[in-house]
Amino acid sequence: MPPSHSAPGRTAARVMLQIALLLALACLPWFAEKYYVQFVARILIMGILAMSLDLLLGYTGLVSFGHAAFYGVAAYSLAMLTPAYQAAWFWTSFPLAVLGAAAAGLAIGFFVVRTHGIYFIMVTLAFAQMLFFLFHDTRIAGGNDGIYIDVRPDTTILGWKPFDLERYDQVYLLVLVLFALVWMFLRILLRSRFGHVLVGIRVNEHRMRSLGFETFRYKLACFTIAAALAGIAGYLSALQFGVVNPEFMGWHQSAAVMMMVILGGMGTLIGPVLGASAWMLLELGFQSLPVAGSIDLGKHWQLWMGAFIVLTALLLPSGLLGAWSALWRRLHHQTPALDADDPVAKP
Amino acid sequence: MELATFLIQLLNSVQYGLLLFLISSGLTLVFGIMGIINVAHGSFYMLGAYLAWSLTQSFGNFWLALLLAVPITVLLALTLEWLVIRYLYTRDLLYQVLLTYGLILMFEEIRSILWGDDVRGVSIPAALDASIRLTDTLSYPVYRLAISGLCLLVAASMYGLIQKTRIGMTIRAGSVNREMVQSLGIDVTMLYRLVFALGVTLAALAGMIAAPVSSVFPGMGNQVLIVCFVVVVIGGMGSVKGALIASLLIGLVDTFGKVLHVEVAGVHLLPELASMSVYLLMAAILLWRPEGLFGKRG
Amino acid sequence: MSPITHDRPPVRRALAAAAALSLLGFINAAPVLAQQPKLKIGMMLPYTGTFAPLGVAIENGFRLGLQEQGGKLGGREVEIVKVDDESDPAKATENINRLVSRDKVDVVLGTVHSGVAAAMVRVTRESGTLQIIPNAGFAPVAGPLCSPNIFRTSFSNWQSGYAMGVEMARRGKVKSVATIAWRYAAGEEAVKGFKDGFTRGGGQITRELWLPFPTVEFQALLTEIGAARPDATYAFFAGAGAAKFLKDYDQAGLRRTIPLVGPGFLTDGILEATSGAAEGVETTLHYGDGIDTPRNNAFRLAYAKTFKLQPDGYAVAGYDSASLLAIGMKAAGGDINRRKELYAAMEGATIDSPRGQWKMSPAHNPIQDHYLRKVIGNENRVVSVAVKALDDDPTMIAACRMGK
Repeated sequence: MPPSHSAPGRTAARVMLQIALLLALACLPWFAEKYYVQFVARILIMGILAMSLDLLLGYTGLVSFGHAAFYGVAAYSLAMLTPAYQAAWFWTSFPLAVLGAAAAGLAIGFFVVRTHGIYFIMVTLAFAQMLFFLFHDTRIAGGNDGIYIDVRPDTTILGWKPFDLERYDQVYLLVLVLFALVWMFLRILLRSRFGHVLVGIRVNEHRMRSLGFETFRYKLACFTIAAALAGIAGYLSALQFGVVNPEFMGWHQSAAVMMMVILGGMGTLIGPVLGASAWMLLELGFQSLPVAGSIDLGKHWQLWMGAFIVLTALLLPSGLLGAWSALWRRLHHQTPALDADDPVAKP
Repeated sequence: MELATFLIQLLNSVQYGLLLFLISSGLTLVFGIMGIINVAHGSFYMLGAYLAWSLTQSFGNFWLALLLAVPITVLLALTLEWLVIRYLYTRDLLYQVLLTYGLILMFEEIRSILWGDDVRGVSIPAALDASIRLTDTLSYPVYRLAISGLCLLVAASMYGLIQKTRIGMTIRAGSVNREMVQSLGIDVTMLYRLVFALGVTLAALAGMIAAPVSSVFPGMGNQVLIVCFVVVVIGGMGSVKGALIASLLIGLVDTFGKVLHVEVAGVHLLPELASMSVYLLMAAILLWRPEGLFGKRG
Repeated sequence: MSPITHDRPPVRRALAAAAALSLLGFINAAPVLAQQPKLKIGMMLPYTGTFAPLGVAIENGFRLGLQEQGGKLGGREVEIVKVDDESDPAKATENINRLVSRDKVDVVLGTVHSGVAAAMVRVTRESGTLQIIPNAGFAPVAGPLCSPNIFRTSFSNWQSGYAMGVEMARRGKVKSVATIAWRYAAGEEAVKGFKDGFTRGGGQITRELWLPFPTVEFQALLTEIGAARPDATYAFFAGAGAAKFLKDYDQAGLRRTIPLVGPGFLTDGILEATSGAAEGVETTLHYGDGIDTPRNNAFRLAYAKTFKLQPDGYAVAGYDSASLLAIGMKAAGGDINRRKELYAAMEGATIDSPRGQWKMSPAHNPIQDHYLRKVIGNENRVVSVAVKALDDDPTMIAACRMGK
C-alpha cells in the first residue's frame, strides 16, 4: 500500500471533495423525479445498514448472519410507537427506536460474541430467526401481514416544525444528513484507539488478549454500536415507506446486506455504500431486461443476479473496490498485488 | 390429550425428524469434512423433487425415475464441484456463503425455465399406496413409514461407511488434517469431490423420496434450508450421529409445539411461538455446548 | 496492512466518488421519454415465485379482454408496463412507486398477494391513481381502506367463506365443524366468513386450528382433527400448501371419515398435483368448471385458442378488469382525468362476465353469485349456486366511508 499518511493539503482536498459530493446529493430533489429521489434515499439507507454491518464483518471479523434483526427492531419500534391514524413524535420515536435496536444488540451480543467462526454465523442467524418468528407468528404487530404507519412522525418542537416528513424530498434530506453523520461517526470511531483494537481483534484475537485487552467487552460494544446504526437504517426505512413486516428481519434481508458489503469491498467505508448502490442498480437493471426470443430475460432477473454473485465471489475477492484499485494500479504500472490489497487478508 | 392421540403425535414427530435427518445428513458431511457452508443445499432438495416429478411423467414409473435421477444428480454435483466449489476450499467462510447464495438464485430461475412455476404432484407408488388404520377416524400412510425406514437405512449405512470402511477412514482423517492425508499420497481433491457429490445426492434423494407426500413446488428448498442448518448446528458440524439426534429433537419440539396450548398470565405462548421454540432450542444448546451436541471441541 | 479508510490514496477515492456520481447521472437520465397519448396501464403482478401462474393467468385474461375491445379503451391506444411484485410485501411500496411516480401510469392492475395489495393501496390512495385489484381478497380494501379510485373485480375472502358456511348449515346434518387455516389476514377473513354463515344457520365451530403462513407441516394438526371428530373440516390454504394439505388429509384417512370443504382456492389450479387426493372435496367460489352459458363457452374457447391454456377464476378476474375499465373509459370519453364520469360508470357497472352477471357494489367489490363446486377428476365442477348475489361482510360495508 502506498504511503498512507498523506500531506495535509491532500487531506483537505479529500474533505472538500466529500463535502462537494454531499452537496451535489443534497441538490437531487431539485432536478430529479420523486421515484429517483426515493430510490437514492433507499440506496443511502441500505448504505447505512451495510456500513453498520461492515463494522462487524470487515473491521472486527464478526460474520453476523442476523444483522437485519436490528434493522427490523427499530422499524417495528417506530410502527408500534405510532398511534393509529396519528403521528408519533420524531424526537422521541427516533432515539427510542435506535435505543431499542441497541438494547437488542446488547442482549443478543452478550450471548453471541463468545462464539467464533461458523458458530457465530449460526447463533446470530438463530437469534434473528427468533425475532423474525416472534413478529411473524404472533399478533403483537400485525403478524406476517405487517403493520402500517398511517401518519409519518411529526417533528414540531414548541410550535416550530424544522422539517416535514410527509414530504418525500425532506425525508430524503433527513436520510442524507443521517447518512453523513453515520459516515463521520464511523470514521472517527475507526481512527480512535477503539477502532484500532477492533482491527487488532480481527487480525489476532489471542494476541490482543495477551496484550491485556478485554476483547469480550470490545466485541460486545462493537456489536451494540453496529446494532444501533442498523437501527437508524431501520427507522428511516419504516419512515420512508410507512410499512413494516417480518421480512425486514428475515434471513434473506441479512444475506442481502452481507452481499452488499462483500460486493463493494469489506473493511472500508465507501465499499459497503458502493456495494449497496451496485446491488440496487443491478436489481433494477436486470429487471428491465428485454424479452429475447422465447425467454423473458427480465422475468428471470434473479438468474443474472445469481450469476453475478457467483462470479464476484470467484473473481473479485476484495469486491468492486478491490477490483477497481487493482485495475488502477495496473494502469499505473504498479505491482498488481491484489492479495496484499485485500482489506480482509487473513492473518 | 388422550393416550392414543399422544402416541400418534409421537409417531408424527419421529417421522418428521427422520425426514429432516435425511435432508440434513448431506449438509453436515459437506460442512464437517470439507469445511464448506453450502447455503444452496436446499436447492438440491428442490432439484431432486423436480427430477422425480419430471422423470415420473416421462417414464410413468416412480422407481425408474429414482434410478435415473440419482446418477443425474451425482453427475451434476461433480460438474458443479469442478466448476465452482473447488475454488472455495481455501477461501474464507464469507465467500462460501456468498457464492452458494448466488447458486440458490440461479437454481430457482433455472427450475422456473425448465419446469415452470406450477405446483406439481407425484403419485405414491402403487406398492406402497395403502394405510394402516389407527383409530376410527385416523390412519397412517404406509409410504410415510417407508420414508422413515429409508431414513434409518441411510443413517445406518452412513455410520458403516464412515466408521468401518477405508474411504471412511480417509474422510475422517481428511477432515482433521488435510495436509497429512495429502502427504500420505491420498488424492484429497478427489476425496472432496466425492464427499460433495455424496452430500448433494443425499439432499436430492430426500427431495425425490419426499415428493409424493410433500408435492413439488417453487421455493420448496428454502423452506427446509434453515431448519437443516439448525439440525446441523445443534448436532455438531460433521457429526452424523448428532444430526440424527438433533433431527428427532426438532421433530418433537415442532410437533408438540403446534398442538399443545400453553398460556402464561393470559399470554398465549404455544402454539403461537412453536416456530420460535426451535431456534430457542438452538441458541440454548449452543450457549451450553458451543460446538453442538456431538461436535469436535476447539 | 491496516484497512482503515484514511490510508487510501485520495485519487482513488475521488475516482470512486466519480463512479458513484456517474451512476446517479445514469439513472437521472433514464426517465427522459417522449410523452405519448396512449393510456398507460401498469401491471404489478407476480411473475416469479409461487403465485407466478396466477399472475400470468390474470395478465392473459386482461389481454384477451382488451383484444375484444379492439385493443383500445375509450378510443385510446393502450401501453402496458409490467412489474414483477414477487409477492414480496417488503418490496411492494418501492415497486408500486416505480409505476406510479416514475412510469406515471394512468391505471394500475394488481395484485394477487394481499400483503402486497395492502401496500399498493396505501400509495394509490395518496396518488389518486386508478387501481383495479384482480385477485387479492383482503377485507379492508372494500372497508376502512376503500377509496373512489380503487376497485376489486375478484372477491373478498369473507364472501367465499360465508357462502360455504351457509351451504353447510343448510344441509342440517353438519352440526360441528373444525377449521384449519394459515394465520394471516386472508385465512382469518375466510374463517370469519365461514363462521358468520355457519353459526347464523345454527352450526357450531368446535375446533379452530391455525398454523403460521406458509408452513406446510400439517400432520400434527390432522391428528388433532381426527381426535376431535367434527362433522366436517373447513380448510383455508392455497397453492402449494393446499396441494400438500389435500394429500396429507387424504393419506391420514380423514377424507373418507370427515368431509373436507373450503374456499375455491383450496382446489384451484393444483388438482393435477394432488393425484386424486382431492376427489369429492367441496368448495365455494365465484367461478368454476362447467358453467354452461354461451358467454362462458365463448370466453373459454377464445382463451384456449389464444393462450393454449384453460382459463380459471384468476383469468376471469383479469378479463373482467378489462371490461370494467372499458365501461369507465367509455363513459369518460377516453379522458382518464374526467374522474367523476369514470368512477360513476365503474361504480354502477354491471359486468356481463363469464362467471355470470355481477354488479360493482358501492364499496367497490363484486356483488356476485357464489357457486358450490365439487372436485371431479381434475375439474372443480359447479354443482349449484350456494348463495345468489352475495355482497361483502356487513361490517366492512359499514366501515367504508369512500373518502368522505
